[in-house]
Amino acid sequence: MLALLVAQNIAFYIIAALMVFGAFRVVTCKNLMHAALWLVLVLAGVAAQYILLAAEFVAITQVLVYLGAIIVLFLFGIMLTRAKTGTDGDLDNSARSRVIAAIIGVLLAGIMGYSLWDGFGTREFGDIVVQRTAEVSDSIFSTYLLPFEVISVLLLAALIGAIVLARRD
Amino acid sequence: MTAILASFDPPYWLSTVIKVLVVGAVVPTTALILGVVFLFKIMSWMQSRLGPQEAGPRGLLQLLADGVKFIQKEDIAPNGADLWVFKAAPLVVLSSTLLLYVALPASAHLVVENLDVGVFYVLAISSLSVIGVLMAGWASANKYSLMGALRAAGQLIAYELPMVLAVMGVVIQAGTLSLNGIVFAQNDGAVFGWTGIGNPYILTQFIGFFIFIAAVQAELTQPPFDMPVAESEIVSGYQVEYTGFRFLIFFLAEFATAFVFAGIAAVMFLGGWAVPWLSANSDWYYVLGPAVLFAKVMLVSFIIFWVRFTYPRLREDQLQSFAWKFLIPLALVNIVVTAVLKVVF
Repeated sequence: MLALLVAQNIAFYIIAALMVFGAFRVVTCKNLMHAALWLVLVLAGVAAQYILLAAEFVAITQVLVYLGAIIVLFLFGIMLTRAKTGTDGDLDNSARSRVIAAIIGVLLAGIMGYSLWDGFGTREFGDIVVQRTAEVSDSIFSTYLLPFEVISVLLLAALIGAIVLARRD
Repeated sequence: MTAILASFDPPYWLSTVIKVLVVGAVVPTTALILGVVFLFKIMSWMQSRLGPQEAGPRGLLQLLADGVKFIQKEDIAPNGADLWVFKAAPLVVLSSTLLLYVALPASAHLVVENLDVGVFYVLAISSLSVIGVLMAGWASANKYSLMGALRAAGQLIAYELPMVLAVMGVVIQAGTLSLNGIVFAQNDGAVFGWTGIGNPYILTQFIGFFIFIAAVQAELTQPPFDMPVAESEIVSGYQVEYTGFRFLIFFLAEFATAFVFAGIAAVMFLGGWAVPWLSANSDWYYVLGPAVLFAKVMLVSFIIFWVRFTYPRLREDQLQSFAWKFLIPLALVNIVVTAVLKVVF
């Protein structure tokens, strides 16, 4: 068990380093298309981390929703509007907005790090139990049925709202 | 011999090496088989001509010769191309194909990874190839490529939905997302109490089978859904700037994906690696399973390629309305009916 945990930790840090590098490239890239492709690396890294945590259903959902749908939508949108190859000069922000973005980023990282530390700081890593999909669906459709239905209605409302906004007639 | 195979339990590293080698060998082999049998032989038979005759006995080695020719060619990229993205795109498409083979079971134990959510995994991974297609179309710095990639993305998004919904009917009936679980459910099933042929889901889910095959055809961008590579309109779409082994990779990925999707269809609708009159727990399937699955895959592939060779191309708007206005409503009705019948019986 210990050897497995060590291997898991090493894999975690390798993937995390790749994700941080990818996230850094997303915001520093001078080409919108490249930024979207670096985002693929970050989101795939998230899926890999879920697999390390033995949550295969969540990992596959991550791949289906983020890589298969949202990234494709991004790429599709970029290619329809500005599909230039090479660098794009007007992708930079002014110094003021950079400072504001940095402050917000540090604050967010601080709050999330603190809450994680506060909530799980003393918890030991137990045995890794694979989360069976049947258990996930059982808890969604019994314990968490009401929140699940509320989210579905919310998504439906967003969908209808998008159609209403997009239709001109 | 089956007992020896059943008791073979290698350590983790060895089994991983074996699995990687098997997938690495199976992907080009299956692409080669489908290419030779259907693209060369069956197609020329349907069109009343002989097909390739020179290389090997009855021209069977023609595709190998073509492959060698492709590998020899110079690796060219267009001047304005985005080199990294241009070169990575075929590999993204191929890796999506390789990952699909991970879940396809050739018997209860002859599977790279017996995933608990096999069907879901297959659907998620198959959507990754769109990223590679979009990368190829954009990085080629060519208007035809870009239009091909946009068509491909629009088509693949539109047909992923009916595919997922068609699979739902099978999942509801089997009560599991595991591909092996679906095979077992069909093998143990009965048609009105008669257990002679088990219960292959093509009998109850024939609408699902039809929708699934149509969606697979579109996902593979084969005629009649070959708008993204339509050679008479946009030359060859996102593939137009690719030559040599990079084009070979696209070709390989297309046919290997056709094989694996035919395999998934065989598993979900035709009983997979099992035959009805032999219990699915039998050790015989270590030998028999791959052969049975292969036979069923060839049957499904025949349907896929038959349609490919005999139907003309749809127009872009016909293609989209066929998915959104016909296949998706039909699939939704199928799900509702299946769910109601599942509760009633």
